[in-house]
Amino acid sequence: MSAEPSLNRAPIMERFEGVIEDLGSAHGIEIFAVPPETIVEFCRFLKEHPALQFNFLSDICGVDRYPETPRFETVYHLYSLPNKWRVRIKCRLGDPPRVPSVTGVWRTANWHEREAWDMYGIRFEGHPDLRRIYMWEGFEGFPQRKDFPLRGFKDKLNPFGVEGPPPTEPDLATREIPRG
Amino acid sequence: MTEVTELMRPEGEALNTKEVLLNLGPQHPSTHGVLRLVLELDGEIVERVDPHIGYLHRGTEKLAESFTYTQIFPLTDRLDYVCPPSNNLAFALAVEKLLGIEAPIRAQYIRVMMAELARISGHLLITGALPMDLGAMTALLYAMREREMIMDLMEMITGARMHTSFCRVGGVREDLPEGFLPKIREFCAIFPNRIRDYERLVEDNRVFLKRTQGVGVISAEDAIDLGLSGPNLRASGVDWDIRRDEPYEVYDRLAFNVITRKEGDCFARWQCRVDEMRESVRIIEQCIEQMPEGLFQVDMPTIAFPVDKERVHCSMEALIQHFDLSAYGFDVPPGEVYSAIEAPKGELGFYIISDGSPKPFRMKVRAPSFVNLQALFGVTNARYLADMIAVLGSIDPVMAEVDK
Repeated sequence: MSAEPSLNRAPIMERFEGVIEDLGSAHGIEIFAVPPETIVEFCRFLKEHPALQFNFLSDICGVDRYPETPRFETVYHLYSLPNKWRVRIKCRLGDPPRVPSVTGVWRTANWHEREAWDMYGIRFEGHPDLRRIYMWEGFEGFPQRKDFPLRGFKDKLNPFGVEGPPPTEPDLATREIPRG
Repeated sequence: MTEVTELMRPEGEALNTKEVLLNLGPQHPSTHGVLRLVLELDGEIVERVDPHIGYLHRGTEKLAESFTYTQIFPLTDRLDYVCPPSNNLAFALAVEKLLGIEAPIRAQYIRVMMAELARISGHLLITGALPMDLGAMTALLYAMREREMIMDLMEMITGARMHTSFCRVGGVREDLPEGFLPKIREFCAIFPNRIRDYERLVEDNRVFLKRTQGVGVISAEDAIDLGLSGPNLRASGVDWDIRRDEPYEVYDRLAFNVITRKEGDCFARWQCRVDEMRESVRIIEQCIEQMPEGLFQVDMPTIAFPVDKERVHCSMEALIQHFDLSAYGFDVPPGEVYSAIEAPKGELGFYIISDGSPKPFRMKVRAPSFVNLQALFGVTNARYLADMIAVLGSIDPVMAEVDK
């Protein structure tokens, strides 16, 4: 494994002194903790600063730390194509989780955020099209949350599920399939 | 097809045009799996596209939270099922980073060689499937012929043709079989000439050229903005390959070129893949030459099965170790890691949060096809419905990876 080129932290800490938290680095990736209200500004700064140029958004990941509080987290992985640096941004969220959308900074965030909404119920404010992406429309609950059983809740279509709150969704057999 | 009758108007009435919603898929041969595209058409011109995915969603990430690290390998096989060794490798590297170990050099060469075989196998599929989507069936049949050779090689190494699950944390499952090296040398000797055959078959096909050149252009800025990676990004002129820029395993010892194209159209994406296959053959040849003798797996009783399998039959400690690893797995120190490799489709990343137990607390797969599919929104000049098929084919999404 080659030595990772190190990230120039000075401009970041100078600009966001006292707002963000520097969590050091792990396995070649620098980590910052950012409060939700600063996330868009922080991402835009990383993307547009001439010395940083984090122009590539690799991934957005939702995390459920149940039963800890704050319970939810979004994790952003950024890559700088010119500098070959990676950075991880972590954003702790309360319950219900809300965070501003970064779709205005990178268009690729669109589907990543839809996935995090679908799986964890993290609401991305300002997202242009926040619909479920994997589960069908009308699905109740957020399947990747820690308190959602692996086999789902028992209902007519899922006899092996866990006994739980009765599903509130309309009967699938008679449900009209949404168009478009 | 809906509302087609709306267009059939009686004579004499004012021309009343209306947008048509066309449902393409989920069962459609050109969607390469179960992808449903809702297209808003104005005549034959696509105004808006809305992909609906999730038909193959198996909850890989949720499942992984209840599996031990070794049990997750078969799950990763089923992401991009065209090239499982790459997925195995990406996952193994992430866990190894958490554990702070590295596989022995011989194992690294074996993994790289298999990942490159998988890359050829994946690229062969799209090399043939894109012309087939556009009506030229022959190329696929030739590509499948060569893919069969790779399947045979895979079967020889792993015993399985498709879902190989050959990587382990800290190495590979077993050493290369006897008689394997002559076989793969034979493949490396034959294959470059076959690539020339595909090119002659397809690049002289005027219909194919007309339908792909200048169609579905994605600019470099759009490609980066949309998070494209792999050949899709390089076909738009962005020179980025994780194998070269963040070398993992033994890639820093291997010489290969990163293929880029400037045009960013469907044909450039096709060409990029064809040329990458040539580079992969070069890499495989170097792997064979450089591969040293040695262990195929780390000799660490807490992580890997005993290197000498015979010990399990005659030593109590080895038996316990075998049983413990099978039943309990191994503890991984708490921490977080994001590890990305250059998979055939692009940046395949695994983000793993470990809480110190033998099962991951959270595993996120950064699946390249999932992100690449968003390229449909970046295409500016694919105006006709028929162009949409070319664009979709040239992006090369594997729906199992899109849906995870």
